[in-house]
Amino acid sequence: MLKARRKTGLIFFPAFDWAIDPTHPEREERLLYTQDQAMEEGLFDIEGLIEFKSQLVLEKDVQRTHFCVPDVSAMMTESHFISAGSAKRIGIAVMEKEIESGFALVRPPGHHAKRVVHGARGFCNVNIEAMMIEYLRFAYGVRKVAIVDTDCHHGDGTQDIYWHDPDTLFISLHQDGRTLYPGTGFPEDMGGPNAAGRTLNIPLPPRTSAEGFLHIIKNVVRPILDEFQPDIVVNSAGQDNHYTDPLTDMNFSAQGYAQLTEILRPDIAVLEGGYSIEGALPYVNLGIILAMAGMDYSKISEPGFDPDKIRQTEQVTRQVERIGETVLKIWKQRDELTEKRRAGKAFEERTNQIYYDTDGIYETQQEKVRICSDCAGALRIDSSSDRGARILAVHIPLHACEKCREIGRQWYDEADPRSYLRVFLQNRPDDEYLTKGLP
Amino acid sequence: MIIGLDVGGTHTDVVLLDKDGLLREIKVHTDELDLFHTVLSGIEQISRGIKPKAIERLVLSTTLTTNLIVQGINPDFGMIVLSGPGIDPEFFRTHEHYYVIGGALDHRGREVTPVDLGGLKKIVKKLRRADIRHVGVVGKFSSRNPVHELQVRDALKKYFRKIFLGHWISGSLNYPRRIATTFLNASVYPIHKNFFEAVQKTLEKHGLQVPIHILKADGGTMSFEASINYPGQTILSGPAASVMGAIPFSGDQEEALVLDIGGTTTDMAVILKRVPVLEPVGIEIAGFKTLIRALKTRSVGLGGDSVVKIMNGKITIGPERKGHAMAFGGPVPTTTDALCVLNMMPEGDAAKAAAGMKMLADELDRPVVETARAVFEHFCAEVVRHARSLVDDINSKPVYTVYEYWEGRQIKPDKILLLGGPAACFVDQIEKVSGVKTMAVPKCAMANALGAAFARTTCEVSLFADTERGIITAPEENYFEKISSAFTREDAQKKALELLEQKARRSGASRDDLEMDILENQQFNMVRGFSAAGRNIRIKAQVRPGLVSGYQVISEKLSKEMAMMNGARQICSKPDGKQD
Repeated sequence: MLKARRKTGLIFFPAFDWAIDPTHPEREERLLYTQDQAMEEGLFDIEGLIEFKSQLVLEKDVQRTHFCVPDVSAMMTESHFISAGSAKRIGIAVMEKEIESGFALVRPPGHHAKRVVHGARGFCNVNIEAMMIEYLRFAYGVRKVAIVDTDCHHGDGTQDIYWHDPDTLFISLHQDGRTLYPGTGFPEDMGGPNAAGRTLNIPLPPRTSAEGFLHIIKNVVRPILDEFQPDIVVNSAGQDNHYTDPLTDMNFSAQGYAQLTEILRPDIAVLEGGYSIEGALPYVNLGIILAMAGMDYSKISEPGFDPDKIRQTEQVTRQVERIGETVLKIWKQRDELTEKRRAGKAFEERTNQIYYDTDGIYETQQEKVRICSDCAGALRIDSSSDRGARILAVHIPLHACEKCREIGRQWYDEADPRSYLRVFLQNRPDDEYLTKGLP
Repeated sequence: MIIGLDVGGTHTDVVLLDKDGLLREIKVHTDELDLFHTVLSGIEQISRGIKPKAIERLVLSTTLTTNLIVQGINPDFGMIVLSGPGIDPEFFRTHEHYYVIGGALDHRGREVTPVDLGGLKKIVKKLRRADIRHVGVVGKFSSRNPVHELQVRDALKKYFRKIFLGHWISGSLNYPRRIATTFLNASVYPIHKNFFEAVQKTLEKHGLQVPIHILKADGGTMSFEASINYPGQTILSGPAASVMGAIPFSGDQEEALVLDIGGTTTDMAVILKRVPVLEPVGIEIAGFKTLIRALKTRSVGLGGDSVVKIMNGKITIGPERKGHAMAFGGPVPTTTDALCVLNMMPEGDAAKAAAGMKMLADELDRPVVETARAVFEHFCAEVVRHARSLVDDINSKPVYTVYEYWEGRQIKPDKILLLGGPAACFVDQIEKVSGVKTMAVPKCAMANALGAAFARTTCEVSLFADTERGIITAPEENYFEKISSAFTREDAQKKALELLEQKARRSGASRDDLEMDILENQQFNMVRGFSAAGRNIRIKAQVRPGLVSGYQVISEKLSKEMAMMNGARQICSKPDGKQD
C-alpha cells in the first residue's frame, strides 16, 4: 500500500481557461500534462496526500503586501484571486497542522511582482508567496520566514518586498542575470540597511546541472537555513532550470529537483515558472511532490534523459563553488554589513527603475527608508509610471517601533493628495490600509 | 412488462411492472450460498401465470460480484503491467503472478520506450508453468493509446484463453486504479459469466427468452453480453438500486438527499434534478480503488440495529451491530428498541425493548420513555450530521478552471427522501433537525427493486483529438482515425455522441432512453515556440443515469396512493402518541 511518510497537501489549480494571450508561454495548456501525469499516477489516491480545493484571497490580503495602482481590482484577474488563494489555503493547512507540508501547483505565478504594482512583469501581477506569508504572519503570528526561490529567473519581486525585512531570509538561485531576464540578482544585492545579508543572491552560470544545484543547496542554503532557524520555509518552486526549458539555458533534471526538495524540506512550495510543459513539468512536479511526501521517486525520469549529455563542465563547477563561498561569506558577515550600511545615517534613499515587460510600462521610484535598529523601518515610496500614474506608498512594518509608526503616519498625513493619483498607507501593526486621493 | 430484482443481504425484492403501474411485489429469502436459486425462484414466483412473451425486460441487481470481492479473491490468473517513468509499479502489485515489463507511452500516447517483447516471453513461460489461463494487461497511459496493450495481447493470444486489457475499462487516467479494476474484472469474470449464463439458460428452458440486463454501480444497466469484459461494474449495485428507486419522488428542479436507513447502516446519496451524483473517479471496495463508475454513496454504521451505549453520560450509536434489536431477540439495546418503546413500531416484543431502554435509562438516571425519546432524537441528529458531511464533501471537490470556480454552485438539498423499513417513523424528526422538507418514499421497502426495474442503460465515451499529431481516438471503443488540422471541437463532440449512441445501443439501450450529455469538453491550444502548433481536444460524453421512459405513470400512481393513505403516517404513530 502506497503511503506518504509526510502528510502532504496539494492544491492543483491549472487555470485551464486563463492565458496572458493565446500563444504566450504562460498559457492554458501549461499544467495540462502535469495534471495528466498526476492523475495517471493516481497521486490523489495515495494515503497522506491530500488535495485541497482552491480558495480566494480577499482584497485585504492583497493590500497587506502590495500597493496596487490605482487599486486591487485593476491588477487582479479572477485567476489571480484563485492562484493566490490556493497558496494561502496551503499555508493555512500547514499552520492548522492538517498537513506537514504542501505544494500549490497553480498559475498564474507571482515572484516578479514587487511591492508597488503598476502592471504585469515577467508574467506576474501579484506575488502569491508574499501574500500567503503576510497572511500567515497576520493570522498565526509567524515571524521568521525563509524563502528559497529555485526558479531560473531572479525572484526580483519577492526580493523587493523583503529587501528591508530582517525577519525574512530571501535566497534566490537563478541563471546569471547577465544572460537572462530580469537581469538582476547579484551577490552584492544583499538587502537594505536594516536587513543586510537577509537577501542572498546566488547567480549560477548557464548550463549548471544537478551537481551544481545540489552543491549549493547542501553546502550553502541548508547551513544558512539551519542557522537562521525560520518558523517556516517557503520554496518558490520554478521548474525552468530544466534542461529542456525553452526560455532558459540550464541543465537541471527531474531527479535533481526531487533531491533538492528532499534537502530543502520546504513547509510550503508554490509553483513559479517552467515552460517545458511536456518534457519537464510532468516529471519535475511528480518528483517534487513525492520528495515532499517522503516517498520513493527513484523511478522518475524524463523521456530520453541522459545525464552524460547534460553534465556540467569543470569550469562551471569551479564557478558554482566560488559563488557559494562568496554568498556564505556575506551571510557570516551580515551583522557587520548591516552596521556598515547604516553608518550613522537616519534615512537611506535610493532610486529604482522598473520595467514591466509583460505590459510595457516604465516605473520610477524614489524610495526612502528609516534606518532603524529596532524594526524593519518605515518605508516611503514615491512612484511614477510612464502612463502618468504617480502614487505615494507608505509602509509601516509589522513589528514597527513607536518611532517608525509615528514617521509612517506623518508621511501619510502630510502627503498632498492633489500631487498624487493615490496616497496609500499600509499600516501593518494595525492591519489597516488607507487611501487618499480621487475616488 | 418489466421485472426488477434486487438481491439484498436478507431479502431479495422482486417487482413486476407494466405501463399501468406496479402489478406484483414479492420478497424471497436470500440464500447467500445459493444466489442462483434465489434469483431464479424470485423470477419464477413473480412471473407465475404471466405469459413469457409479455415480459420485455428483466433487470437484475445481485450481490454476486460484491460478495466475491469482499470475501477475498483467490486469483488464479496473471497480471502483466507496462511501466513508464513515475511511481514504481511494484507498489501496485496485486498478487504473486504480477509482472512488470518495459514499455512506456507519454501523456499524449506517444511511444517513449517500445514494449520489451523479449522479457514478455520469459513471463509467458512462467505463467504457463503455473498453469495460468487468464491474463490482465495494463499499460500506463493506455487510455490515451492502447497500442502497447494490444501488442502484448497479440503476443499472448495463443497461450491464454482470455485476456483483459486495461484500456477497456475507462477513458479516465489513473494507472493504479486501472490495474486494480482489471484485476477485479479478471477475478470475478468466470463466476459472473457462469452465473448469468446459467440464469439465462434456465429461463430459456421455462420459455422466458428475454435479454438480461444487469444493474451497475452507477445506477444504469447493461446487457449481460456487454458485461462479459467488465463484470466488475456490477459491484455495489444494491445501493444504486435504492437511489434509482427514489428518483421518481424528487422533482425535476429539486436537490434531494436520499437516506436509506437500514438495520446495520444508513446509506446516503444525492440527486440533483433527478440525476444522481457520481463518484468523481470510481468506486472503492474492500480496499481496491477502482475506475468503476458509481453513484456517490456513503454508508455509515448507523442503523436501526446499531448498538446504543452510554459513554460519559452521553448516548452513542453504532457503528457496530450485535445482531437484532432486543425487541427481536437481540443482545443489546438499539434504536429499533427505542422506536418500540415510543409505540412507533407495531412489531417486536415491547417488553424486551423496554428492558433494553431501561438499561440505558438506569445509566442516565432518567425515565425509560424519556431515554427512548433521547435515543431516537440522537439517532436522527446523527443521520443529519453525516448527511451534511456528505454534502460538504461534494461541495469541496477541487475545480480546475476559473469558470468552474466562479460558477461553482454549491449543493443545498431542498428535500430529504427516506428509504428503508422504519423510514416513516423518522420523517418528522429528521425534518425538524435538518430544516429540510422530508418524506418517506412510497413503497420504500421495495424501492430498490423498483429502481432496478426503472434504470436505463448507461455508458460513457472518452474521446481525444490531437490535431498536431493528426489523430482522433476513443481507445475504449477501439476507435482510431486520422484527422486534418482543420478538425474542430464541434467535430469531436459530434463524433463522441455518435460513438456513445452506438455503444449504448450495443449495451441494450432503447432509442427513447438516449439522454446524452457532454460531461467534459476541453480544448487546449498547443503552443510550441511561441506559435500555435495544434489543438488538444478532450471530450467525455455519457448516457445520463436515469429512469426508462414511461416510469412517470407508476410514480404518480404511487404518490397518489400515498396521499390517500395520508402519507406514511398510518404505519407510524406520532412519537408523542398524539395523532394529526
